[in-house]
Amino acid sequence: MAAARLRLIAAVAIMAAWEALAASGLLFRDVVPSLWYIAKALAITLADPAFYRNLGVTSGEFLMAVSVGGLAGASAGLALGANRFLAAAYERWVHYLAPVPKIIFFPALLLAFGAGPGSKIAMGAISCFFPVAISVASGVRAVRPVLLNVGHGFRATTWQMATKIYLPAVREPLLNGLRLGFGVAAIGILLAETKLSKAGIGFLVMDSYRRFDMPGMYALLILVVLLVAAVNAALTRLNRN
Amino acid sequence: MIRLAPVFGLVTLIAAGLALQGLIAIDVVSRYVVPPPSEVLAALGRIVVEEQVPARFLLTSAETFAAGLLILTAGVPAGFWLYHSRPFRRAFEPWVAAWAAAPLVLAYPLFLVLFGRSSITIVILGVAAGTAPVILKTVEGLAATRTVLIDVGRSLRLTRGQMFRKILFPAAMPAIFTGLRLGLTFSLINIVGVEFLINLGGLGQLINELAERYDLAGTYAAIGFVLLASMLFFVCLEHIERWLRRAYG
Repeated sequence: MAAARLRLIAAVAIMAAWEALAASGLLFRDVVPSLWYIAKALAITLADPAFYRNLGVTSGEFLMAVSVGGLAGASAGLALGANRFLAAAYERWVHYLAPVPKIIFFPALLLAFGAGPGSKIAMGAISCFFPVAISVASGVRAVRPVLLNVGHGFRATTWQMATKIYLPAVREPLLNGLRLGFGVAAIGILLAETKLSKAGIGFLVMDSYRRFDMPGMYALLILVVLLVAAVNAALTRLNRN
Repeated sequence: MIRLAPVFGLVTLIAAGLALQGLIAIDVVSRYVVPPPSEVLAALGRIVVEEQVPARFLLTSAETFAAGLLILTAGVPAGFWLYHSRPFRRAFEPWVAAWAAAPLVLAYPLFLVLFGRSSITIVILGVAAGTAPVILKTVEGLAATRTVLIDVGRSLRLTRGQMFRKILFPAAMPAIFTGLRLGLTFSLINIVGVEFLINLGGLGQLINELAERYDLAGTYAAIGFVLLASMLFFVCLEHIERWLRRAYG
């Protein structure tokens, strides 16, 4: 109850401060528009079919990127986690490459996949690959030896070991990796769309910026943040269950 | 056998580079999409001299260092405050988690309008993207401190400052460093990303400029340079973390 009250007070204080700043004239007109204009822009954006068309483009790119990057990352993670030699040979490179800002690969991806959705999917897939691979590799190594012994005791086949023992055991790290991977894939795809694209939410944001439609840009940013937060919360809940 | 694995890994990477060189030579892979690795290696020296790589490297490093310092000085105290104030923690921890997950970098046009097209804007974006993980991990680390250690501190009548320095900080340090590494990763992604997108500043701008000139070998060499710089940065961070852990036992 106290937490809810504090949140309400903070939200009201932030909105009041925003309105005061908008009315003060301290910043250029429209840079900090009144909340009323942002709400109006939000309603216009939600009623605009172009928003859903572009959202569809970005969502399609996300799904493809997370599928390709997640599958490749999970396979690499399984191989690295289950094989000590492979881990000693390649895991350090995966760890070194993981924090590198992946946007630097975008010029190369543009040449390889063109200016369409292909380069954005590749961008998202590369971003998603590393957190999934690292998380699954450590998850495989954390599988309790007693479970492996039970599997061997029952003379489980490789397929049975993978589906009955490894997969349930790495479910949590896999979902954790996907949650992280989703976040970085979102950043990668949206940034790539702002750089060079003819469709997608990133393109819409840049279009608003070029037209200096600041309320429209705020509305788009609010919607993107809400969408990403919702997917993140859903993945967290799935992980807990 | 395992001891030879790192050498095996390096040899296979070099072999992959040589195979790529061969595939480009026989036109299986287009040299207009991927330049031969030999040309990329030759371009490394050229871009260092002609494109002022050391100065650009220093600029990106300075931006990252400034952002890192601000993240540390804002994130750890904020985490410490949230840990100590239970109602505030319960109220605002989900907000901080949502902040950490938000793709703030998409708002870079907004930051450009608000703060202008300068390094300051890039640092502000780096700080905005990297502070939330430090706050969350600091709270997590402090909350995981064993009760027996806190009780020992209380029985010795340690002051709040002593309690933080002697008990809470050493216990929470691994989590704080995990948060700092996450925060710096997000910060670096944003800093280099925005440099690349708005064509301003250090290494990110270098890649963008070379790509726009269609200097393929130079672009790949610059990408290699950013990879190297990023790896060195995080290896240094790992060493600092180990040193601090030893210093605090």
